[in-house]
Order: sequence, then structure tokens, then C-alpha cells
Amino acid sequence: MREAWLRAWDSDIAYSFRHSPVTMAAALATLLCVGAALLAPWVAPHDPFDLASLDLLDAFTPPAWDARGQASYLLGTDDQGRDVLSTILYGARISLAVGLASVVFALVLGVGLGLTAGYAGGRIDALIMRLADVQLSFPAILIALLIDGLVRVALPTERHDDIAVYVLVLAIGVSGWVQYARTVRGSTLVEKSKEYVQAARVIGRRPAAIMLQHLLPNVLGPVLVIATIHLATAIITEATLSFLGVGVPPTTPSLGTLIRVGNDYLFSGEWWIAVFPGIALVALVLSVNLLGDWLRDALNPKLR
Amino acid sequence: MSAEAALLALRDVGRDFDVSRPWLERVLERAPRRVLKAVDGLSVDIRRGETLSLVGESGCGKSTVARMIVGLHAPSRGRIEFEGVELSAARPTPDVARVRRRMQMIFQDPYASLNPRWRVERIVAEPLRAQSGDRDAIRARVAELLLQVGLTPEDGRKYPHEFSGGQRQRICIARALSTHPEFLVCDEPTSALDVSVQAQILNLMKALQQSLGLTYLFISHNLAVVAYIAGRIGVMYLGRLVELADTATLFARPQHPYTRMLLDAVPDLEMTGRSRTPVAGEVPNPLDPPSGCAFHPRCPHADARCRAERPALRRTAAGSMVACHAEEEGRLPAWAGRFSSMPRRAGMQ
Amino acid sequence: MSPAPPLLEVKHLRVEFQTRRGALVAVDDVSFAIDRGEVLGVVGESGAGKSLTGLAIIGLLEAPGRIAAGEVRLDAQRIDDLPQAELRRIRGRRIGAIFQDPLTSLNPLYTVGQQLVETIRTHLPVSKREARARAIALLRETGIPAPEQRIDQYPHQFSGGMRQRAVIALALCAGPELIVADEPTTALDVSIQAQIIGLLKRMCREHGAAVMLITHDMGVIAETADRVAVMYAGRIAEIGPVRDVIHAPRHPYTVGLMDSIPKPGQARATLAQIDGAMPRLNAVPSGCAFHPRCPRQFARCTQQRPELIPAGSSRAACWLHADER
Repeated sequence: MREAWLRAWDSDIAYSFRHSPVTMAAALATLLCVGAALLAPWVAPHDPFDLASLDLLDAFTPPAWDARGQASYLLGTDDQGRDVLSTILYGARISLAVGLASVVFALVLGVGLGLTAGYAGGRIDALIMRLADVQLSFPAILIALLIDGLVRVALPTERHDDIAVYVLVLAIGVSGWVQYARTVRGSTLVEKSKEYVQAARVIGRRPAAIMLQHLLPNVLGPVLVIATIHLATAIITEATLSFLGVGVPPTTPSLGTLIRVGNDYLFSGEWWIAVFPGIALVALVLSVNLLGDWLRDALNPKLR
Repeated sequence: MSAEAALLALRDVGRDFDVSRPWLERVLERAPRRVLKAVDGLSVDIRRGETLSLVGESGCGKSTVARMIVGLHAPSRGRIEFEGVELSAARPTPDVARVRRRMQMIFQDPYASLNPRWRVERIVAEPLRAQSGDRDAIRARVAELLLQVGLTPEDGRKYPHEFSGGQRQRICIARALSTHPEFLVCDEPTSALDVSVQAQILNLMKALQQSLGLTYLFISHNLAVVAYIAGRIGVMYLGRLVELADTATLFARPQHPYTRMLLDAVPDLEMTGRSRTPVAGEVPNPLDPPSGCAFHPRCPHADARCRAERPALRRTAAGSMVACHAEEEGRLPAWAGRFSSMPRRAGMQ
Repeated sequence: MSPAPPLLEVKHLRVEFQTRRGALVAVDDVSFAIDRGEVLGVVGESGAGKSLTGLAIIGLLEAPGRIAAGEVRLDAQRIDDLPQAELRRIRGRRIGAIFQDPLTSLNPLYTVGQQLVETIRTHLPVSKREARARAIALLRETGIPAPEQRIDQYPHQFSGGMRQRAVIALALCAGPELIVADEPTTALDVSIQAQIIGLLKRMCREHGAAVMLITHDMGVIAETADRVAVMYAGRIAEIGPVRDVIHAPRHPYTVGLMDSIPKPGQARATLAQIDGAMPRLNAVPSGCAFHPRCPRQFARCTQQRPELIPAGSSRAACWLHADER
């Protein structure tokens, strides 16, 4: 175990990581964001979702360094009296959770379809790729809106809030599988012609076993890079959907919801309701993006 | 030689590949379907314990034959039988699966034939795991196999990229031997290796054949290698078998003009300085093979019959099988080639 | 050895690869010379450094590889330290190159004629019409049928052998004094190999070009080369007239190499083999790089690296011949 760790530390990837200050800063920032979001219940000064603890009289309090601010509300409060800082922490939690879940969903769906298309070839390949082409002609937001709308129509209104998060994950996931599928299909086509796959066929392994045990480990490389960058996109998509009002319910606001709420008051003086969540969102997405950039370059053998 | 006595029998085997343009383009351009006849009417028997070699240049179909035998491609025509069990039927019977376990394949590229993410132990054990699950027995068998091919049991913990080309080919051989097969199809196993490493692998294969009683089908384009390892040689050209003979007979008394051309092309390390018959032309496009005898555009002895009629394999006075009109009609001159006085080697069949 | 200075002189060439773990030496103190019009074969197995030596001479070494020491002289003039612009002028005009894969040597987007004419006009002060006429004549010389039509075709319309003929024409079109050919026939069918090798030899002789023929195939060397250098682990193990090196090799590696080549006429039950493998660049043995695999090694072999010592009409880097001086 120790030697595996030593080997990893000494590997080319770890070396390039250690020598890139931007990447290390980005990784740190991401870690902080994720850590703060995970530990929100213990770190946040207030619980913004506890409707009982909200006091409308505290609404629109400016940040603490302003003359009219209060120390307990470090970044001010929003229109319902929720502490902006706590809401950012809890909201980031939701953003990250939805983002990660969507990425995992899209990854599993996309990699599965890509492997199948690449290995099976012929009609199955053509079908899956045409499906992908059709989907690519729609903007991702539109697809997410479509799925969300369908579910709202299909289900009674009381259930909406309960399952809103799941619907969100489904919508963002379905809108994002194509990039995984295409990449994996390409890699599968390359690997399929290699002789170790043919050797497995000669041995008599079944196609499913060949795809999962032989092909999957060898095509996952680029998928990791796509997933990191897709995480950033997923978080933004969730924020956009929440901003548009079709994301998470307003009682459990995410960063996007906050920005929407704050948007109304941006130019009438209560700027902090939109600006701070906006900064938090940008910081989170930027650091994830930078990490993804580094990962792509580090894993590219031609650049080493 | 009856089909039942042979270990593997191929009867009039053919394989076509559809290389037409995609359907939509074809319809729009009104282009015809294009079919590549990679193998066209091949019949040969492989006897138990022998090493039969198929030689030829690119496009001759020898690799396709290998792949059809192990089941990677299904033949378009003809039959392939292993000890009487037909392997080429449209619906494979359970017998076929049982028989397939008795044959294995070794590939050309030692760098691509091992999964780079698997440890050597897992690679060698893969055929075993497909059959039984006893982990200790499998581990012991893997250790035994690695020793047999000249590696150590500790090598099982390593990954393929830690080995050289020759060592990787040894791993491939170990994997192929794991289920005690009787028949090994070897597709250019030493073509990607350096000369000194090739010698090691060829010696290993010969030793294993002796100790384990294996039968080899050895595909190669290198006549010198084939002279060393094979007892019988089949020469292929554009998907057809043009000559089939014992090694000594093939080198001393080649009958087919293409065989003679190939022998002339073997580099002259002895530097005897003898002049060579200049080699004419190139292998034609397999999509558009010549009419009649496929070799006639390059053959110094071609006549009208050769251009029109495809020759059949027939037995010659020397004991070999040749598909050549000139030979049949006695028009073929005697060959005073380099290896006319090739001695029979100890251990050669 | 002719009294005139050699066409190409390589002295103590050293090619290194910078990795973060230190420098890997791929070509280690290699020296040889090529006379005008002669064919020198450089033979070795993979990892011996023969291709890198060729690339270093042409000036096509890519980072992280670089020439760390030594010099390369063309007609007594140093070319390894020239700026890129000068080097480009020498390449093509005085040194031509032929690589293994004709598909990558020819630009698939231009016709063969365009590439020939461009190369000719880059190095020679001739008009377009004259360059085209030269190109057609060259193509005809290489045995390409109907060169007037072929000249306007694209590389993918040629077969493998034809393409290599076109590459030979391209290499010779500016009238170079030296051709560096790196595995020119390895990717070709056996029957075509013989044709191309013969063509290369004939055309170089007729155009007065010397050849540095890099290959792993001893048979090609036997038929084409005047002298041969055998490389092992980045060093020259033996160098001498081709007949002597092949029939009476002096270095144990060359002996093992020749013995392990299967020859159809020989009557042996097993091929002689050299146990082990060529050392990796980061694990080159001390002293003589071959000593761990050598059946005749002794104490001095492990301690001191041998220089090329005269042995018969060749020179071998082996302490066995130290007393023959």
C-alpha cells in the first residue's frame, strides 16, 4: 500500500501537479468549497432552511462591515431574512450534489452506450450515434427544461418539491451523456482492433465480459477529463435552471436560486444577495475547470 | 489423406469481406457493391503433431485463414473440421465450444496482444478462469506456465509494459498454453521481434512442441523462419493456395513460379553473388484480382490458358501439390535455384 | 581508405534524452566515416540507437533528444551546430532522406509532381518546366510506368512499392551527395523489398550519392552495403567490410547475431540464440555493454569500455582483440 502511494507520488501526473502552482491553487480552492459545503451543518452560523428560525425583520440586512450590518450575519441577509453566508454554504452543497450526481448519471449512461455502440458496430452503432446527433442539435438547457416540464405534467403538484432534485439530476444527466458516448465509442473502436481483445474472443469470453473487463479500463482515461469539465457545466446548468425557476424548490435554495432572488434587488441597493452567491459560483466552477484543464494536459501522453 | 485422420481439415474454405461504400453513398453514386475475396477455395489438412506453415505476402489471405480457424471470422463458404467436428456451421453446437478450447492463438504484435491494464498473472489465467474457479489451482498453474516459457512466477505481479517484446511474446505463449491446447495457430509470432529475440522464441516454440506434443499452424511471410520451423509449407497468393509441399521439397524443387520468385527474394546472406531473376510487378489489388490464374500478370510462363482458366491443385512427380498450368503441361523449366541442394535437417518431418 | 577526405565524418557523437530523472544516453560516443559513393550499412536491433544516429546527422532530432557532444562533418564542414535555416538548405540539397513509411514521407495533400518540383526548385536554380522534366525523368528512372501521368497523381493512388520509388526519386531530385535511408524496405512485401533495394543501390551509384543505410535486416545489408557498422546499446560493436563482418565476425555480439538468423540452407536442429535482451537506456552495464550476455567475457570486460580495436580488416569493440595489435 505504501509503495503504491510512493509510486503514485513519483509518477508523471503527480510531478506535473506539483509543478503547476495554478493547478495546486485550483485544487485547494475546490477542496475548500467542497469541504465547506460538506460541513455546512457544522460550519454555517445559521440554518437557512429552518423556517422557524427566520425573522422577517432581519431581512435585507447588509454585510457585517457596513454600518447597518450585524456581526451574526456576516454577508447580510436576503429578502426572507436568511443569512447569505449560510445559504451560500447550504446552496453550494445542493449545487455540488446535483452536479456530481448528474455527472455520474451522464457518465454511466454515456460510457455504457458508447461501449455498446463501439463494440457492436453495425445497426446498433448507427442507432445510438443518430440518437446522439439528434440530441446534440438541441441546447442542453432546452432538453433539461423539456424533461422537467414532462415530469411536472406527469406528476401531481404536491410531489414536485420532493422529487425536484431527482428530476434535476435526470434532466442534466440526460442532456450531457453524448460527449461521453462519442469519446468512448471512438476509443472503443481503436481498442477493439487491438489483439488483446481478439485474444479474449479466441479464449471464448462473452461480449459483456470483454466490454467491461478489457475495454472499459482502457477507454476511461479521456472520460475522467470530460467528467471534471462536465461537473463545472452541470453546476452552471443547475444554477441556470434554478435561476429560471424550474430547478430546486425555493425553500431549499441553491446558488442559482439565490442569484435569481438577488437579481431583483441588484440595482435597488441590496446588492449582496446576488453578488456573493455569484462570486461563490464563479470560484467553484473556475477551480473545477482549472483542475480539469490540468488533468487533460497531464493525461495527454503527447504533451509529456 | 482422409479428412478423419487429420487433426484439422479445411475444405474449399472461402471468406468474403463486403467493402462497399456506405449504403447511402452507393445509392447516390449508383456504385456497385464491392466484395473482397480474402480467401478463395482453400483446402488443406493439418496432421497431428506437425508444423504446417502458410506463407505469402500482403493480401494473400493467410491471416484470414488463421482467424477463421479460431473462430474470429466465420467462413463464407466451405467447411472447417477439427477431428471431425464441424466448426463452420451457422449454428454452433456445444461440441464446437468444447473443441475450441483445444485450440489457441498467438498473435503478431506483442505490444497489442496483452491488456495494458491487467497484471501478467491475470492475463495468463484468463482462459483458466473461464473454465474453473479454484484460485489456488489457477495460481499454481500460472506459476508453472511462466516457468515453462522461461519467465519467473514473480513476473506474474508485473504489468506488460515492464517487459520487452520477446518477454511479452512469452507471456502470450503462456496464456495460449494454459488450458492444455493441442493446436496452436501462430499468426506471424516473431515478425515484430528482433532477430536474436526471434531465435529465442522459435527455439522455445520448438521445445514446447516436443515436450507437449503440440500441432502448429505457423503463419509467416519470412521464408527463412519457415524453413527452420515448419515441416510442410503452403504458399498462398491472393487468397488461393498455389503450392503445398514438404519444406525440403519446396526449397529444393519449387514448382510454382510464385514460389520460385519468393525464394529468389530471400536475401542472400552467403553472398554467393549469383544473379537473381528480376522480380516483376507487385501484388495486384485484391479487390480486382486478375482473371484465370491470379499470378499470370507477373508470370514469365503465362499463356492464354493461364489468363482464362484458374488452375486446380494437383499432385506433382516430386510429391508436392501445385496449381499451375505450365507445370501440368510440362512447360515449366527446371529450377537451378539457391537451395537446390538443401539438406534434410535432423528433426524435420 | 581513399586519400581524399571522407564525405561524412561523425566523431564521438553523443545523443541524450533529458528526462526529469536525469539524462538517458541513447547514442554513446559513436564515430565513423563514409566515403564518397560508398554504401555504409548501420545495423542493429531495436534500441541500439541506429535511427537516432541517422536523425542526428540529418538534424531532425526532436526534443527532448539532443546532440550532447561530438561533431558531424559533411565535406570537412561542421553541420551539427548550424542554425535551422542553414541546416534546411543542406538537407535536400546535399543530404537526402528516406524513411520507413512512405505514407508519412509524402504529403498526402499534394501530388507527387508538386512535391518533386517544389524540392527541385528549392535547391536548384531551374524553371518550373525544367524542374518538371527532371521530375518525370527521375520517376522513369525509378521504374514507375507512365511517369507523365503518374506525376500528377496523389500518393494514395500509388501502391506501397511505387510510393517508395517516388520517395527515392524525391530524395535524389536535388542531387545530394549523401542519402540517409532509415529502414527503407521494412514496410514492404518481400518481393518488393528486393526490387527497391536493387533500385536504391543502382540509382545512388548512378547519381554518385553515398548511402547510410540503417536497418535491422542483415540480408538487406549483405546485398547492398560496402561496409557495415553493427550497433549495440548506443555504441558501435563492430565496423568493417561487409563480407568480413558477415562471414568472419569478430565481436561476440555479431557472431551471436549472425548465428541466430535462420538460413534455409543450414542443417541445425536449434537456432543459436543470445540469452537475455539488449539493456534499457537507463540500465546500461558498466564496461562493455554486451558483457552480461557474452559467452566469452572476462574481468576487463566488466570494468573498462573497449574502443574499436583493429581485428583483421574490421574493427571490433572487444577486449578479446586487444592483444592482436
